[in-house]
Parts: sequence; structure tokens; C-alpha cells
Amino acid sequence: MAMEVTQILLNAQAVDGSVRKNAEENLKQFQEQNLPSFFISLAGELANEEKPVESRRLAGLILKNALDAKEQSRKYELVQRWLSLDVVTKVQIKACLIKTLSSPSSDARSTASQVIAKVASIELPQKQWPELVGTLLSNIHQLPAHTKQATLETLGYICEEVSPDAVDQDHVNKILTAVIQGMNSSEANNDVRLAATRALYNALGFAQANFSNDMERDYIMRVVCEATLSPVVKIRQAAFECLVAVSSTYYEKLAPYIHDIFNITLKAVNGDEEPVALQAIEFWSSICDEEIDILDEYGGDFSGDSNITCFYFIKQALPLLIPMLLDTLLKQEEDQDQDEGAWNIAMAGGTCLGLVARTVGDEIIPLVLPFIESNITKPLWRQREAATYAFGSILEGPSPDKLIPLVNVALNFMLTALVKDPNNHVKDTTAWTLGRMFEFLHGSTLDASIITPSNCQEIITVLLHSMKDVPNVAEKACGALYFLAQGYEDMGPSASPLSPYFQDILQAIYAVTRREDAGESRLRTAAYETLNEVVRCSTDETASIVMQLVPHIMMELHQTLEAQKLSSDEREKQNELQGLLCGCLQVIIQKLGSSDATKYAFLQFSDQLMGLFLRIFGSISATAHEEAMLAIGALAYATGSNFEKYMPEFYRYLEMGLQNFEDYQVCAITVGVVGDLCRALEDKIFPYCDGIMTQLLKNLSSNQLHRSVKPPLFSCFGDIALAIGENFDKYLMYTMPMLQNAADLLAHTSGADDDMVEYTNFLRNGILEAYSGIFQGFKGSPKTQLLMQYAPRILQFLDSLCMEENMDDVLMKTAIGVVGDLADTLGSSASPLIQNSVSSKDFLNKCLASDNSMIKESAEWAKMAISRAISF
Amino acid sequence: MAPSDHRRPYKRPAISDQQRRRDHSLLRQAQNRLDAQQRARCLASSILSLENPETDSVPDLDSTTGQEQSEVPPKEFDVRQASKLRGVEARRWFARQLMLPEWMIDVPDRLSRDWYVFARPAGKRCFVVSSNGATVSRLRNGSILHRFPSALPSGSRSRDASGTSQSYSIMDCIFHEPDQTYYVIDILCWRGYSLYDCSAEFRFFWLNSKLAESGACGPPSQYHRYRFSLIPVYNCDHNGLSAAYMGAVPYMKDGLLFYNKEAKYQTGNTPLALVWKDENCSQYVIDTDNQGNIPIQQQVVLELQDDGKLNTSDDPPVVFGCLDSDFVHKSGLHSGNLLRFSIGDNGLSFMEERLDKADLCYIGKSNRARAFADSYSKIVFQHMVRHSPLKMDDFLSSITSSDDQENQLNDIEMTG
Repeated sequence: MAMEVTQILLNAQAVDGSVRKNAEENLKQFQEQNLPSFFISLAGELANEEKPVESRRLAGLILKNALDAKEQSRKYELVQRWLSLDVVTKVQIKACLIKTLSSPSSDARSTASQVIAKVASIELPQKQWPELVGTLLSNIHQLPAHTKQATLETLGYICEEVSPDAVDQDHVNKILTAVIQGMNSSEANNDVRLAATRALYNALGFAQANFSNDMERDYIMRVVCEATLSPVVKIRQAAFECLVAVSSTYYEKLAPYIHDIFNITLKAVNGDEEPVALQAIEFWSSICDEEIDILDEYGGDFSGDSNITCFYFIKQALPLLIPMLLDTLLKQEEDQDQDEGAWNIAMAGGTCLGLVARTVGDEIIPLVLPFIESNITKPLWRQREAATYAFGSILEGPSPDKLIPLVNVALNFMLTALVKDPNNHVKDTTAWTLGRMFEFLHGSTLDASIITPSNCQEIITVLLHSMKDVPNVAEKACGALYFLAQGYEDMGPSASPLSPYFQDILQAIYAVTRREDAGESRLRTAAYETLNEVVRCSTDETASIVMQLVPHIMMELHQTLEAQKLSSDEREKQNELQGLLCGCLQVIIQKLGSSDATKYAFLQFSDQLMGLFLRIFGSISATAHEEAMLAIGALAYATGSNFEKYMPEFYRYLEMGLQNFEDYQVCAITVGVVGDLCRALEDKIFPYCDGIMTQLLKNLSSNQLHRSVKPPLFSCFGDIALAIGENFDKYLMYTMPMLQNAADLLAHTSGADDDMVEYTNFLRNGILEAYSGIFQGFKGSPKTQLLMQYAPRILQFLDSLCMEENMDDVLMKTAIGVVGDLADTLGSSASPLIQNSVSSKDFLNKCLASDNSMIKESAEWAKMAISRAISF
Repeated sequence: MAPSDHRRPYKRPAISDQQRRRDHSLLRQAQNRLDAQQRARCLASSILSLENPETDSVPDLDSTTGQEQSEVPPKEFDVRQASKLRGVEARRWFARQLMLPEWMIDVPDRLSRDWYVFARPAGKRCFVVSSNGATVSRLRNGSILHRFPSALPSGSRSRDASGTSQSYSIMDCIFHEPDQTYYVIDILCWRGYSLYDCSAEFRFFWLNSKLAESGACGPPSQYHRYRFSLIPVYNCDHNGLSAAYMGAVPYMKDGLLFYNKEAKYQTGNTPLALVWKDENCSQYVIDTDNQGNIPIQQQVVLELQDDGKLNTSDDPPVVFGCLDSDFVHKSGLHSGNLLRFSIGDNGLSFMEERLDKADLCYIGKSNRARAFADSYSKIVFQHMVRHSPLKMDDFLSSITSSDDQENQLNDIEMTG
């Protein structure tokens, strides 16, 4: 077998499809017949210097893929499978892998590095393979340069794969020492130095303790800064990447180095090669991210309650940083706006400028204004574009008071430029800048608006005109219109200033969606997004125009469903379009269905709409499914109990959606739709409940389903119980134990991190919403007494929650509500239980005294229900 | 070990429209769930058992309306809030909100002086509430019949000037299918002004003067989908009674309604409003079964009590019989169940004008759309229809005799 494996591995890469297929089949059989021997053959192949590099590399890859998978459940299976192999086999495999690190073939070494890291990621958390780090470190000092390089690379991969708590501090110290030595300028071999620098990037997360030690931190920082001066571009780039990682991981330790780092980055931005310069700019963008977060957390309150201090690095660097960034703006590439994948120094610089504006606010204006003024009318397009981009970049951050006077002056200029400037790049940026003006300086929350009755018409005329321009400009014009409409969103039912132009606007957007070249520059997507926003912000007076749009959108959707014999590429585009059309219909349904004035006229379309949505489920695209499901939820809400007639046909897709673990968004949305159906159909959903409940219970017990879907699954029980009332009795024996067991696991959050606490609270809230729905559903029914047996443990759970410090407002509101629901439904028979519970006393009082009106309201309701229950 | 791609979004909004749609949906669903929960909670048992309407435990449904609530009489407040109720609860609630006439099993005294009479249109009895730019009609079971624009105050969006959203009107109507018209039989509230505590005399006067004024009696239009119509109401004297009984009306008649002039609008069964039918003025004199056939024996629906007693829906209830506990147990019945019985050959027997015995045969549980058992007067009326009906002549002769009496009294007065 070992002799054959080489040939099979080579065949598996053959050009001839049938040879390849046959080889893959052989490999599969081999693996199924004898897994340990299969793994050993692969490891042996990888380690064997006499074998061709192609078969060695594939052997390594197959081994690596046999240890890890993207999907959580599959990954878990693979890990268990590896752990259950016998020790002798594993030792043999690991020996082959370590040996391969010394191979003269760089491909073989690199593949082995990755496999070792995968094995380490399984074994180190289990406290297995304790000698690994020691073995690797001992290699570093003795062996030829290429082994040293491979060993450092391996350490880097291990740090990437393994969580820091699986490696003890002693090993961390040794790894860092080895890595830093490898980075040092005294290391003569550039491959080793590069591997070490890249390894440090991953190892930084392990260096918490070392960064708290001044001497060690100084040393690490010095070596990193030195590496930014290496003659090798890749080393300089990797070193800057390390600096970026340090800036986000160890922001609070940066103060002593920031001055030097500024000088290094300035040099790189001004003169180094682009990959290096981009990382140098990213360092400052990353500092902005940190300071924006910290200042957000301060929330304008500078008493400093936050546990992270803001060092105001950006503010201090401002006088030097701004000119550096403005210079980059003039380094645009031709046609960068037509290239989706473009990322260059001008783009990075402008993005950073925008972040700086958000970090420092008003202070940036006087530093940027002269640049804008001196460049915006220049004959060279680069100067005009740079000036416009600079202006657009600083529109978020500074106060509207400071910006509005500037924008009032600039608005006309921009409108003219959008029509008249000969350069597409300038027009693109101009339209984008207009969009930013509308996004940040127009809307009901502002005292003053830059849009007045006198300029509104011109703005619209210009934007509609630009929507006929080349795709990238038209896309930005759509974006600007999006924000223009959004600004009128909260105006209420009063007449919108857009109403007189509404018909023209819808027609223009619709025309864009149908442009032949709408596939370029994301134009079609942008047009539908704008269409959606315009519809969302429309008022009753323009509802009839929205209504006229419905048959057109339905027709488009119909056509996508009729299209035959598409290539896979066309099929993908078709699915994307279906998603967009369903999304658009969903927005229209929500809009027209929410107002009595339009709902009845609109519902004439519901049969046709439903027919189209059901056909979407025949396609394979998860995005289209999700959009169709969302639209159906909105339709159910609008149609109410009449939705019953669609249930026989829709039901199987509902079940399919609930079973879609892989695209968990589809599953999550479907769970939400079950809630919509419960409220629309009420007791008419009962005939479908056996199937739905079975699936919901399955989903809850599955460990394959994404965890974010679980809280809504619990809430969904409540929706069902509320809809079908006492008929829920047949499900009690399944749901109640499940809710109770889940509740027991969630009674305490001590020791959990913020993320876990938040998730736990979501779960608790879901469980309590289920209890609420069940209690309320049974109210007044003779079967109420069935719930009595569960009451003690529910109150116990509530009592344990009351002792918790980590309850958020939503949870408190739900919890006190359940206390009331229990009392309301069980009445006097639960009176002794209620009187003995903490939740009906201290917790109730705490909620009654809450500042939060939601909590207070629920608490008052609970107080009333409790007093009635115990007074009988 | 590839470092993360530090490319940042360029000239792109921070959030995709798809994510916005998702968020909007989730928000809507969460809000709807809260609403549903809120609705369920507000069905506190106290609201449902309106025997005790002044109970203070009606929870505040919406804290933002707390201000106006104090100015609105509690009953109308309930009606508007109750529009949010669903299912069984809604059926019970709405059924209890209408004034339900008793069946006329004997002729009240002073008919011609104290009573009105009018021909009841055949159709669906419903509540019509206009507020906030929309008009909603709800059947006795709480389900919505129509939601439409109307010329009633605040009944459509086009008539913003006609009142603020707080201004709403509630009417007791019968929707007559053939001419798609709402015939208004009573008025409970007009432009926020409560008429519950006014006499029928005043309510009919108000209705007559205000409804026409509003334009609601005009032909349908874009902002007024259904026509509303008044019904001629007569004093219950000889002429009035004949006019109501025989006069031509644009609708199909379904019996006569008698209203006591002093009666306030009282929810639930009341002896101050009476209904009477015979074959000349109604197609539906004798109750039919689910298939629309007249059963050979009269059927009644009664509510089973804890102790096996079978009660009518009256307050206080009338006991029609009793089931033994073995039977109740074996048939899986619970207290509160509405049960259907037929009345056997021995019929109903009365002693001193009170029910003495009823020959009941159990059929089964009643249709679950039913909210209540039959009332005593209905059962007796149906029984009378089958055996010795009350006739038009009985009314006329009662009027004549009482007129004579009054004349006599007057005569005596004058001579004295």
C-alpha cells in the first residue's frame, strides 16, 4: 500500500478527470478501511525525501484537512477521531512531521508546519504533546537556516491555532525569546528573519505578561521598530503589521514609543513601497479605532469611569499627521473607482483622514480647509478629486454647527461639479461627498438642515441626472439619494418634501435597476437599496405610486423564475437578483401593509406574491431564501388570519427553513416567521403545531445549530402557546423539562466574560418569554392546573435570577412580567408559593422603583396580579 | 499565518441594506410579540367578568395614554383598547359590550307610552368604531368585519379637520349585505362624547341629528366606502306599531325591536330592550341548526356548572336542569362547557310563571364559536313560537286596553 500511495496521490492531481476521480475514490476507500494506517502512510509520504514534492504536499494537505473543518460539528468529530487514535500511531505520525521540518524542500517543510499546528491545536488544550515546544525550540539552535525558518513558521502557526491559555507562561517566554532572536538584526538569514517577524505577529496575543514588564516590552518594541528598517520589503511590511497588531492589543502601553513610531510611519508613507506604506497608514487608522472606542465609552463624560485611558495620540500628532494624510490623497490610481478590488495609498489615506475626523472632531477643520480651498478648482483632476475627497472625509465627526456653514457654501459647487466636471473620478467622489452631506447633516434630529425648499428640487434633478452617468458615478448618486430620503424618515405622516418628485424619483431608480450595465460597480444593488429606502420613507400621499410599482417588481421576479438553461455564473446573478427583488417586495409589504389606508388595496396582490415567494424556495440560494422568508413574514403580518389559505403549501418550506442549520440566518429568520404566523393565524396555526414543535425541539437539542438561533427558539414556544392557548397542553411534557434544564444551566453567570453574559441573558430572556406565553395562553382555561406542578421551579429560577448582578433591563422587564403572568394565571392556588418567593417581594420592589419605564410598567402589572392572587 | 487583510470599506455605507431589512424585521417581530403579550395581560379576569365594571384592577394598557385616560369614561376606553384583543377573549369581551335585547315573552306594561319600536334589519350585528382616520366594524365575536374609510368623525384620513385622534365615535349597527349598508340602531359615543348614560330617547334624537350631518348617510365614495343609514323609530302606539310591522323599508326585516325610552345603554342582556318576531316580519323565527334546518325538537345551549347544574346566560342564571357527575366525568366535560340539548316531548312546564321542569336530552358540546349559553327569554320565546306564539294582535290589544285605562284615568281626573 505504501508503495502505491505515491501514485494515487499523483493521480489525484492528474489533468484527466477520470484518473483523478478514480484516485480520489481509492484514497477514500483506503481511509475507510484503515484510518491509522492511512494517516501513517500520508505522514510517511510527506517525510520521505525520495518522493516527488507534489505527492508529499498533497499527503500533508489531506492530513491537515483530516484534522479540522469549518463547520463546528464536523470539526468536533474530527478532533474526537484524532484523539481516539492509538498512541503509537500518533507518535509515529508526529515524528514524521517534526522530521519534515528539516527537509530541503520548502514545500514539504511549510506543509508540515501547518499540520503540526493543527495537531497542536487538538492536543495542547488536552495537555498532550507536552514536549512539542521544547523539541521545536531545541531545533532552532542547532540546525541549518531552512530548518530554523520552518521551526519559527511552525511556532507562528501554533500561536495562530492555539488559544493562549493552552500554553504555559514558561513556554510562552521561550517561544517569544526564540522569535525575537530570530527577528533581531544580528540574524543574517533574511528568510529566518521574515519567518520570525511573521511568527511574532501571531505570538503577540500570548505576550500579555511580557508587555507588562517594561524591560521585555522595550526590547520587543525595539526589535520590531528595527525590523521596519530592514532592507527587505517583506520584512518591513511584516514588521509594520506587528506594529498594527500592537496598536490594538497593547494601546495602553504605546505612549513611550509613539513619537518614534510616528517618525517611522511618516518615512514609510512618504517614501516606501506601497505594501509597506499601506501598513504604516493602517497603524494610525487602528489607533483611531481604539480612541474612538474609548471616547465612545466615556460617552462625553470625562470623569474617566472607563478603565482604559485615552492617551489622545491622534490629537497630539494632528499637526503632522494631517499633512501626511493629505499628501497621500494626491496619489490616486487611474480608474480605481471602476476596480472593485482596488486598495491603494490614496484610498487608505482618505479612509484614515475620515477616522481622524471622527476621533478629534472640530479640530480637524482648520487643518484641512486650506487644502480643499487651494485644490478644488485646480485644472488637474487629481487635485480636484483629492480636495473633494478630503471634504467628504471630514463630514462625520465635527459638530454640525461648524460643518453646516461650510456645506451651505459647498453644496452648489458640488452640484455643478457632479454635472459638469469632465472627470469621472471627480464626479464619483463628488456624488459620494453629497451623500455624506445628506447622511450627516440632514434629518429630523438636526436643528438646521442643509436642504431647503429652494434647493431641494435642484438637488433631486442633479441626482436623477447623475443616475444616468457611468455605473460608478450612478452608484454614488443612488447612495446620495438614499441618504436624502433617509433624512425624511422620521417626519411622520406630514407631507414629505420629496412627494412632488416622488413619481420621477421612483421611475429614475427603477430605470437604473434595468440598465444593461447595472451589474458593474454594484450599481443594481445600490439602486434597489435606494428604492427600498425611498419606499420606507414615503408617506400616504405617495402610497398609490408605490402601489403602481408592485406589478413591475412582481413581473421582474417572475421573469427570473422563468429563465431557463442558465450557466452557473448567470444562475448566481439570477439568485442575487431574486434576493434583491424579494427584499424590495418585503419593504413594500411592510410599508403598504402597515397603514389601513393602503393595506386593503395592497392585499389584492397577496396571492400572486405568495406564489412567487414559494417558487423562490425551489432555488438553491440561501440569500434568496432568507429574503423570501422575510417577505413572507411581513406578508403574514399584513394579511392576518387570511394567511391560513397559504399554509398548506407554505408549510413544507417553513419546515425546510427550520431545518436549515447550515445557513443559520435562514433558520433564524424562519423562527421569527413562525412568530409572525402565530400572531397572524392565532388558533388556526394549531394544525401545523405538531410539525413545528417537533422541529423547534430538535433544533434546541442540536449542537450543530449556530448558538445565536437558540434564544429566539425559546421565545417561539411562547408565541405558539399564546396563539393556541390551552391546546398547548400536549407539548408541555416536552417543553417544560427542556426550559427547566436550560434555566438550571443559566442560573448563574459568575466568571463569564461580557460576551457570555450577554448571550446568557438572551437565553434567559427567551426562556422567560416562553413561560410568559405559556401562562398567558392557558389563562382562564380549565387546564390551568396543569401548570401548577412547574410553578415551584419557575419561581426558583426567577429567585436565582434576582440574586444576579448581571441582569440587563430587558431581562428584568421580562422576569418581573413572568412573576405577574404566573400569579395572574394560577391565581390563588399559587398564592403560598408566590408569597414565599423573593421575586414577588424584593425584586418586585426593585422593579417598581426602576427608572426604566418598561420595567416599571411590567412591575405594576405584576404587583396587581400578585395582589389579586394572594387576596383570594 | 497570513496577516489579516487591512483593507477597509471605501466609500461604502457601514451597514448593508439587507442587514437593515433583517433588523427592521426583528424589531417588528419583537414589538409584535410585546403587543401580543400586553394584550394577553390586559385580559385580566376582571375585564372579562364585567359584572363588576367599576373594579379598579383594569391595568393601564399604554402608559402614554394615561393622560387622556382619566378624561375618557372607562367603558369607551375599554372598547378602544379591547380592539387589540383576539380569539376567545375578544369574543367574550365584545359579546358583552353590546346591549342584548331579551326575547319578548310577555307584553310589557305601558307599551305605548314608555317604548319605541322599529323594524330590525336582517344582517350582522356589529360595533362600528371610527377613530384615528379609520373605521372598523367588529362582529359580536370580536372579529373584524370591515376596516374602511368613512365619513364618520375621524373615520378617514381625508377628514383630518373633523377631529383629533382622541375624537372617536362608537355605534351599534347591523350590516345589511344586500345593499351593503350599515343600519345604525344605537349610538354609544359621538366625537368622544359618551352617550352610554343617556336615555334611549336622547340617544335616538342625537343619532338622528348628528349622523346625517356627518355625511355618513351619503353614497359611497373613495373616502366613504359604505353607506350608513338611519332606521325609522316609532312610538309604540297603534300607528307606530303598524308602521314598524307593515311599513316598507329598504332592508329585509328580521323582527321588531322594542326599546324602553328611559333605558341607558346597558351592556349585556337587558329587559329594557326586547326583540320579537313572527313569520310576517322575519325569515328566522324558529332557530335553525348548523346546517340551516329547523330541528324537529327545539335545541338549547346551556352552561355546565361545577355541581352539574345547567345554567342560562342570564345574571342571575336560571337553572334548567342538572347532569349527574358520572355522566359529566365519562363524557369528559368540564365546568364552563357550553352544551347543546334538545327539548323532549314533555317540553317546558311552568309554575306561577316560573320554569318548573324542562325535558332535556343531551346532544353534545356546542359549536366553539359560541361565547355564551342561551338566555332564559330566548329559550322560552322559542318554546312559545313552537307552541303558543305571542302575536301582533296581542300587542295591539294590550295597547288598546291600556289606552282605554289611561283615558279612563283622565276622565276621572277631569270630572274630579
